[in-house]
Amino acid sequence: MLYKIIIATVSMASISAILSILLVIAERYLANYGECNVTINDDEEFRTQGGATLLSTLNSQKIFLPSACGGRGTCGYCKCKVLEGVGPILPTEEPLLTAEEMKENIRLSCQIKIKQDIKIEIPEELFNINEFRTNVAMIRDLTHDIKLVRFSLIEPNEINFKAGQYVQLQTNPYADVKESVSRAYSMSSPNFEKSHVDLMIRLVPDGICTTWVHEYLQEGDDVRIIGPMGDFYIRESDSEMILVAGGSGMAPMVSLLEDIAHRKIDRKITYFFGALTRKDLFYLDEMAEFEKKIPGFTFVPALSEPEPEDEWDGETGLITKPLEEYLQKIDAIKCQGYLCGSPGMINASINVMKKYQMKMDQIFYDPFG
Amino acid sequence: MENLSPWVIFFASIFTGNILLVYFLGMCSFLSVSKQVKTSLGLGLAVTFVLTVTSALNYIVFFYVLEPLGLEYLRFIAFIIIIASAVQLLEMVIERFSEVLYINLGIFLPLITVNCAILGVSLFMVIRQYNFIQSVMFGAGSGLGWLLAILAMAGIRQRMNEKKIPPALRGPGIVLIITGIMAMAFIGFSGIVQIQ
Repeated sequence: MLYKIIIATVSMASISAILSILLVIAERYLANYGECNVTINDDEEFRTQGGATLLSTLNSQKIFLPSACGGRGTCGYCKCKVLEGVGPILPTEEPLLTAEEMKENIRLSCQIKIKQDIKIEIPEELFNINEFRTNVAMIRDLTHDIKLVRFSLIEPNEINFKAGQYVQLQTNPYADVKESVSRAYSMSSPNFEKSHVDLMIRLVPDGICTTWVHEYLQEGDDVRIIGPMGDFYIRESDSEMILVAGGSGMAPMVSLLEDIAHRKIDRKITYFFGALTRKDLFYLDEMAEFEKKIPGFTFVPALSEPEPEDEWDGETGLITKPLEEYLQKIDAIKCQGYLCGSPGMINASINVMKKYQMKMDQIFYDPFG
Repeated sequence: MENLSPWVIFFASIFTGNILLVYFLGMCSFLSVSKQVKTSLGLGLAVTFVLTVTSALNYIVFFYVLEPLGLEYLRFIAFIIIIASAVQLLEMVIERFSEVLYINLGIFLPLITVNCAILGVSLFMVIRQYNFIQSVMFGAGSGLGWLLAILAMAGIRQRMNEKKIPPALRGPGIVLIITGIMAMAFIGFSGIVQIQ
């Protein structure tokens, strides 16, 4: 009997061992891409171990392409031009590339892997993107589900950005989440305050990053952020600015308004802010303050589902309702639109703006989410 | 089974004893990956490759290691380990040489490991006492049969995209009904040759 057990064990073990050895050898030769050369804009060059995605390889070289989704292939921000050294377009890239971009060899750097020497082109301004070591200086409740978090910059200790841009917040591992993820948040701090960054973060049920911020992040924690990124910032002009935001979409608007007040820019600005009920509204005092500081500024909050006890006498309905009523009254063709909020709100607002002849190239937004 | 020509077994396992349409093995990936002809072709080829390789490997291990040592009862574990390793190997090869196919196959490539058609072929081969050549032909034929079935299904599903289907039947529902009809059609071949 014992003999039988030993025979069985030994033979199964040796079969497994032989197979494992085979696999190890195969991995040595098949999954090993060796060292590859990465050439950027024809002048900078570095060597790296192949096999990783282009985005993560560039990140490890402290070159940060914008990425709002953290490499999941959903935001399409990390596009870059690949001149040579990459295979055909992958199914995961297709939905995010236009036919024109495909022709120009624009690729999603989070999806393609470095398997051989590769030549890429990235815009010079991306070299300004930095990774900051920061310390959580303050966490404050703005509403029942939105928190304002202030990150003091440690290394580097100053950030230069345009009001309205965003940063990527890298989570620390917590509870069951063992991996660090990164998510994009617009900065609400003004760009003349360079020593810290404020983010407004709304709790998304089951969201990896927002749960971390709301339930685990403590004042004094060390956190890494990457930025600044994005092309949501003020376009200089005399035309009226129409701001539309909902929930934590308030963040970049506060930064824009601070910048405008600080530089004493004289433009007409109307800001439509949508919320569900009175308890989802915040920063009303700050907005009243801006109305005093900026002569042409009007703040229009609207509640879509006001409770009876809210005693709300302002605008009601979706934010598109007061927006549409306002655009009817003015010469909308010349206006600039600045939008921040949920994709649904942004699309609905764009449709209204287009209906009143606002030009697509004068409507600016960051499609997070 | 000594007297059956390997070629007879090969063609029989494609048409009359189709592993999918007659034995209904390997349904999981058949139902989920049969949306596009291109992907189905890739998966079908991968299954064919794994089937051919594993039937040969399993034959050697069963008749030269397990049987002489009286360890036939370990064949399930042994077969699964071998299948798992072969799939791992295949995964590495595909990732290296065709990333498009790799992403298209996605999770179904590692899932070939637990595709019951693969284990089924190895077990049939033992039960039916095929010799080595017969086993390999049986593996290759079954793989091609599976490929044929999933390609046909993918072709039908691609055309079905534009058709009006009752909401309750969309997805796996209508696919199972079509599979049933295809299986009945394949009964038409069964008069040609019998291999059991």
